Amino acid sequence: MAGNHKHSDPLPETVLRVKSLESLLIEKGLVEAAALDALIDRYENKVGPKNGAKVVARAWVDEEFKERLLKDGSAAIAEFGFSGAQGEELIAVENTDKIHNVVVCTLCSCYPWPVLGLPPVWYKSAPYRSRVVREPRKVLEEFGTKLPAGTEVRVWDSTAETRYLVVPKRPEGTEGLSEDELTQLVSRDSMIGVSEALGPTATKGG
Amino acid sequence: MQLDQALEIVDIPRDDEGPVFEEPWQAQAFAITVKLNEAGQFTWSEWADIFGSEIAAATQRGDGVGNEAYYLCWLAALEKIVGQKSLLTVEQLLARKEEWRHAAAHTEHGQPIKLS
Repeated sequence: MAGNHKHSDPLPETVLRVKSLESLLIEKGLVEAAALDALIDRYENKVGPKNGAKVVARAWVDEEFKERLLKDGSAAIAEFGFSGAQGEELIAVENTDKIHNVVVCTLCSCYPWPVLGLPPVWYKSAPYRSRVVREPRKVLEEFGTKLPAGTEVRVWDSTAETRYLVVPKRPEGTEGLSEDELTQLVSRDSMIGVSEALGPTATKGG
Repeated sequence: MQLDQALEIVDIPRDDEGPVFEEPWQAQAFAITVKLNEAGQFTWSEWADIFGSEIAAATQRGDGVGNEAYYLCWLAALEKIVGQKSLLTVEQLLARKEEWRHAAAHTEHGQPIKLS
């Protein structure tokens, strides 16, 4: 991450208009923030994470695809027909034994929607956004992710034009699984980087 | 529930499981509208009138179809109905928009954007 920088890309006009409506209506007590989030939350798991899981499972089984994905994420997900609605760039970052990647953004709009859908409520919360930068290991532990002391944690700060997708480590003991079965192990949280991929027992009937 | 009534009156992009959104702002605009209706600020038929005329105007202008064009109409209708119902004024919305623009431009990345 290239140190601190101002948010160089202005927020889109539509986002500003919605934020204005939302914040004024909340201040006037006409709508409740929690009630809005609850409604939006119902859609967050639709479509999105399944797309990302397909991309990750392909990367696990196809070394050449993985190379393409890490080199040019936007072009690689386009092979699946996924693309950013506004042409934002997708960068895939790979977790290894030495490096663990985790993604954050200060804005609710900075999230790789084409592959992950709408962001979960906690991703948009002020505590996550500020704390994961300051004390990433502690935040990861709260998600149940304990990393070896020697693993370097990289926090990727999304912008309006650059989105990140974490490629989690392929779990041990999954050599015999098909690409389709592997997609079931790739959780949304593992692609944000706050969790690891699920173990092989998580597949249907496994 | 209210949402189902809404879906009968207005034709929302949807699949078997419900409404489909391409971007968070669309879901936010949708959720604000549903919640204001639930709170009794306007009826769905009032909403359908205003939203319908936005759609009609956009169609006449030859604006594109699809989720984005659809929710741009939705957002314009939402701004209109909060004005008509005297919930917010145009001036308030414009002033607040500039505050958000300013706050976003002056917030270092890594910090939550807040209004001062």
